[in-house]
Amino acid sequence: MMRVWSLLKFYTVLVYAFMFAPIAVVLVLAFNSSQFGGFPIEGVSLRWFRELAENEAIIRALRTSVVLGLLTALISTTLGILAALALVRYNFRGKNFVTTFLISPVLVPETVLAVGLLIFLRWLHMPRSFTLLLIGHSIIALPFVVLVVQARLIGIRRDYEEAARSLGASPIQTFFEVTLPLLMPAVFAGALFAFTISFDNITATIFWRPSGMETVPTQIFGMLRNSVSPEINALGFVMICITVGVPLLAGALARYFSRKKI
Amino acid sequence: MSNQSLDRRPWVLLSPALVFITGLVVIPMAFILVYSFYENIDLAVDVPAFQFGNWQELLSDSYYHTAIWKTLRLSLIVTVLAAALGYIPAYVIAMTQYRQKWLLLLLLILPFWISFIIRTLSWIHIFGNKGALNGLLGWLGLIDAPLQLMYSEFTVIVGFLHVFLPYMILNIYVSLEGIDRNLEPAARTLGATPWQAFREVTLPLSMPGLAAGSLLVFVLTGGSYVTPLILGGPSDFLFGNLVYDAIVTELNWPMGATLAFALLMLLGSVVLLYSRLMGMNQLAKAFGK
Repeated sequence: MMRVWSLLKFYTVLVYAFMFAPIAVVLVLAFNSSQFGGFPIEGVSLRWFRELAENEAIIRALRTSVVLGLLTALISTTLGILAALALVRYNFRGKNFVTTFLISPVLVPETVLAVGLLIFLRWLHMPRSFTLLLIGHSIIALPFVVLVVQARLIGIRRDYEEAARSLGASPIQTFFEVTLPLLMPAVFAGALFAFTISFDNITATIFWRPSGMETVPTQIFGMLRNSVSPEINALGFVMICITVGVPLLAGALARYFSRKKI
Repeated sequence: MSNQSLDRRPWVLLSPALVFITGLVVIPMAFILVYSFYENIDLAVDVPAFQFGNWQELLSDSYYHTAIWKTLRLSLIVTVLAAALGYIPAYVIAMTQYRQKWLLLLLLILPFWISFIIRTLSWIHIFGNKGALNGLLGWLGLIDAPLQLMYSEFTVIVGFLHVFLPYMILNIYVSLEGIDRNLEPAARTLGATPWQAFREVTLPLSMPGLAAGSLLVFVLTGGSYVTPLILGGPSDFLFGNLVYDAIVTELNWPMGATLAFALLMLLGSVVLLYSRLMGMNQLAKAFGK
């Protein structure tokens, strides 16, 4: 019995290795001084990070991606919080249907979603644009935001709001001074998720972006045509540090401060 | 508080999201169907029409049939492999007494935060001519020339597995976690062997998670086109690549719409089949975690 369990654990370790080994390789190769983005490792250098910082196309793509991600987070979190509040706080007829409807964009293949929106807006005489990217990314992120926020909201008790109301606060006051502060972790989680989804999207972005506009993933995709340039590894290193490091740090800080308060 | 006002408020809160989805998902989906009857005249030029030329081409040209077959076959391969690779880790995480279990779960979620395109291209560093595997085998003196592993169906499958495996593991984990811990020991006291207890108690109870994970992996793989472009060769294309070619390369929008709608029906029927069998609740559960 114990032997079987050890085997299962060993298998699990192998699967985790499968998931992380290639990522580790990118992180290591970012520091390889060789001309080519591969093995063998000829020496350790920061050369590719310097070249990355001077690559204007990548910097421009990074700026586009960050702005797009922030605006996507703003739109989809606003819509998502409102919808999640309705789902968690109220009982109404057709709730199951509404829940399914809200997550339905997840079930549409992204390629199809992209083509549909592109063609529909073209018919409305709206060509590819930043706006198309923005509303498109927001619709892709929305179901995930609803689900994440909903899961967080269930944990917030209503007693505080009822107490505020009974002490004479108006519904609006109650929302801004009691509900919203309690909601902040959920807002933050939803916004972070939406940003990540937008920042990472490539499948739909390729269809929606106007010619000449690149996000980070489409920029990398374009650079891949010949071979993996070492700059891509350096960029990968930076992106992993940001997308993994920032949420981990935020989570750790949140935990630290919430402990301090108590 | 009157019942009337109670009834209206959730709809006020919901309306922005509902309007957004209706206007930007539901209506465009219907519109793809309309557009598939349009006629393509020249590059990026088409006229409104009601003709079945695009659909006829789709149904009669064996090139498209090959793509459908390749898509279903590859999606099935990836799904089965993901289930085979993912079940045991999910089981180990659910059953372990290890105190740092949260760390194992965090590591499962971590890949979602890492850029999809970086994760995908990282396999070029493993299997490429200058990749880790060829480097290692050459260093050990086992090969003289690098093995040609890249840009094949194999690397496409590995790329898909790598990206979609966490979905599978998380789904199975969620349903395993919900099983009463006393059931397996109860089966054992009644004389079942460990394997029997697993096969007849735990495995059936974890089926909803396995099914939800499989559905996700199948549909996500079937709708992709970027992974074959990065990791595959010229013959490794999926149905999604035809949509990409029609819209982005050939600028034949009506054909692109036809192909997109066909893809929607193809994968939509898989989702429908699933929801008939399992219901939609399990999927929502897995995402919410």
